[in-house]
Amino acid sequence: MNLYHSKIHRSLLVKDARTQQRNNAELRFRAYGLTAVSVGIVALVILLVSIFTSGMTAFQQTKLQVTLELPEAKLDKKGQRDLVAMKKVTTIGYFKVLGDGLIAQLERLGVETGLKAKEVREILSKESAATLRNAVLADPSLIGSTVTMEFLANGRIDGYFKGRVDRASAQLDKNVEPGQLDIADALAERRLMYTRFNFNFILAPDASDQRPEAAGLGVAILGSIYMMLVVLFVALPVGVAASIYLEEFAPKNRLTDVIEVNISNLAAVPSIVYGILGLAIFINMAQFNQSSPLVGGLVLTLMTLPRIIIPARAALKSVPPSIRDAALGVGASRMQTVLHHVLPLAAPGILTGVIIGLGQALGETAPLLLIGMVAFVREYPAAFTSDSGLFGEASTALPVQVFNWTQRADPSFVERASGAIIVLLVFLLIMNALAIFLRRRYERRW
Amino acid sequence: MVSISFPFSMILLIAVIGYFAARRKAIAMVKGNLRQLQALPQAYGQTVFFTTFLPATVILLGWAFVVRIMGPSHALISDGLFQGLVIITAAVGAALSYLRVKPSQRARAISERWIMVVLMAASALAILTTIGIVISMLSESAIFFRQHSWSDFFFGTVWAPNFRGGSQLSILPLLWGTLYISFISLIIAVPVGLYAAIYLSEYASPSLRSVAKPAIEVLAGIPTIVYGLFALITVGPMLRDFFVQPLGLGSSSSSVMTAGLVMGVMLIPFVSSLSDDIINAVPQAMRDGSLGLGATKSETIRQVVVPAALPGIVGAVLLAASRAIGETMIVVLGAGAAARFDLNPFEAMTTVTVKIVSQLTGDTDFASPETLVAFALGLSLFVITLGLNIVALVIVRKYREQYE
Repeated sequence: MNLYHSKIHRSLLVKDARTQQRNNAELRFRAYGLTAVSVGIVALVILLVSIFTSGMTAFQQTKLQVTLELPEAKLDKKGQRDLVAMKKVTTIGYFKVLGDGLIAQLERLGVETGLKAKEVREILSKESAATLRNAVLADPSLIGSTVTMEFLANGRIDGYFKGRVDRASAQLDKNVEPGQLDIADALAERRLMYTRFNFNFILAPDASDQRPEAAGLGVAILGSIYMMLVVLFVALPVGVAASIYLEEFAPKNRLTDVIEVNISNLAAVPSIVYGILGLAIFINMAQFNQSSPLVGGLVLTLMTLPRIIIPARAALKSVPPSIRDAALGVGASRMQTVLHHVLPLAAPGILTGVIIGLGQALGETAPLLLIGMVAFVREYPAAFTSDSGLFGEASTALPVQVFNWTQRADPSFVERASGAIIVLLVFLLIMNALAIFLRRRYERRW
Repeated sequence: MVSISFPFSMILLIAVIGYFAARRKAIAMVKGNLRQLQALPQAYGQTVFFTTFLPATVILLGWAFVVRIMGPSHALISDGLFQGLVIITAAVGAALSYLRVKPSQRARAISERWIMVVLMAASALAILTTIGIVISMLSESAIFFRQHSWSDFFFGTVWAPNFRGGSQLSILPLLWGTLYISFISLIIAVPVGLYAAIYLSEYASPSLRSVAKPAIEVLAGIPTIVYGLFALITVGPMLRDFFVQPLGLGSSSSSVMTAGLVMGVMLIPFVSSLSDDIINAVPQAMRDGSLGLGATKSETIRQVVVPAALPGIVGAVLLAASRAIGETMIVVLGAGAAARFDLNPFEAMTTVTVKIVSQLTGDTDFASPETLVAFALGLSLFVITLGLNIVALVIVRKYREQYE
């Protein structure tokens, strides 16, 4: 009987059912793997797209130009231009003057409003009165004259220009009237209301719950920079010293074994535990200032140290023994071998690890919440004052500012929080690009 | 308060002067014939520098820290006197070591011994950090357990802090939320991370790998606050509007599912990079043997590679679990604040970390059990994650040794 004609195929060229089944299993397995990879990438894309679409608008801000008279009778009753007396007029007084100026301007332009004066005034941000007051106090000669100035529009009007608010939602929102949107349209038509790049978002300090349109990241960025300086100047030397000792000199005994296990455990301790440590030791025991970048930096340093030591040791380890042997062979001591030859060769790898560690510290939020960096801070912190010492003034930090804004009631703060994330991601991108550049440029393969 | 900057700059000044003086003296003593010196001239300088700088600085910083902790009223001597003493210490150190400079002195060995002391002190900081963590949490937890019964904390079932007294503070409902969220995140992260690692290391073409691997690693570099915001503004509302409310399962946008999903995404790169290492550590000979017997690639992976790598993968999962349990910002923004036992994953629940944050932020009174409970929660969290980490590290280490 010819095998070829039997019912069981024996040819290698024809797949039998079982082979077919196994091949299908192979294809399915591949598909699972590909799906898993795509899930990861799609998640990344959705995450970035959602943050960027809701955050990009924070970099734009709606402003309006008002030409108004500054009546002496209201702003400086005595007419002596005495700053102390002038300061008695609060922002409430200025807001009224400014609002009247806006109403007069609308009348001049022939814009019918049909709204109460109070409602027309509320097109302006509450911050705009402070802007006007500061301008007048800086230059009292403005009083009595007619000036043209740029003011922030209210958050809802800003939202209207960014597509967050429309007439239907304005009907339901008690903070904005559809009539106000008509005025905004009329002003925009005459190019007196427009949307511009928002430098204040990056430079200005935080603003209160009532005025999201004025809130900025200035203090937070400064605080984050201070903390990164503390981390860099403490964690880099200490981390490098510790990794040199552990990798090059430590005898293999119980103690160094304990230190090693300890370091890998510290790298995995939840970050919030470091916050508890900072609160208990630096603030409650040592009485350092709450919310200060010094304490924040020290807490982040303790958290970052093991994450620096681990890659630094790997970098030291990757320097081949022949380098050490050669140095020892010509009479260098072990310390000279390490400091003069091994360390310089490992430096790019160590620096890469340090930058990545700094990046993690920059994005860390939880421990900072516990040491009081959630505080509302409007003053730019000084790097050094004789009262509070180095980096001792209250401050906040970028990621904490994001958290802070998510806790505010006004929905405009969501845009601000996402915008702050974009700033944070840009900083991280720069740091990681630097790390990759260093690795590509200087790292040697042995 | 002890001022540091003035005495510190004085110490530094004396040490620098000492360095140059000693170097000069060493050269002068051999009349410029350096070959008669035991060490290079700068080694003599370094010896004096370290002997001057290190002891005085340690005394200065140590004392300043002690005074800060005890309070200035407990300082035994006045600030001015102390500053003087520190500077005198530095000067005495400089003078003594300067006098000992002579050509036959083994200066390099001495200065290297000082450097070694510095290196060892830096390594000891790791131990000090751990001791600091344990002491800070133990001492405050001890105060808490003096005010609040430990049986309620560990075995009670209600979390109801009440600042007027009579609070019920039990960890169990918080632990339930923590474990539920971690469980959901692991259900997502472990298969996705593992399959992604397998696909990228065994199947993917080099060009796909060069794109996909960094993309997944980017996920690991994104700060958790970003994931938290993502949960708050995107995932939570979407789940509520398109899934939870139409099906009548609840009405909250912050829920166990929201936090679990987002945390799962966060853990994908963590699981995948760990399993990638572990899969690559399986010797090629084992794969070759299986393929040579006619197994397909997927059969080899499922029946040879994964079983061989299983201990390592278990270790990776435990490490991921410890990350999930200790994660804070995602659950603060995505999980809600209600402490309860519930099986419905679309209900808002809360975790240990959320409650640590909420009890310790804002105006806190460090004498009340409602605040101090945060330290007991922190200690429990530390013990749980430490246990998981140690077990995982032991497993991973054993596994690595097996194939080395």
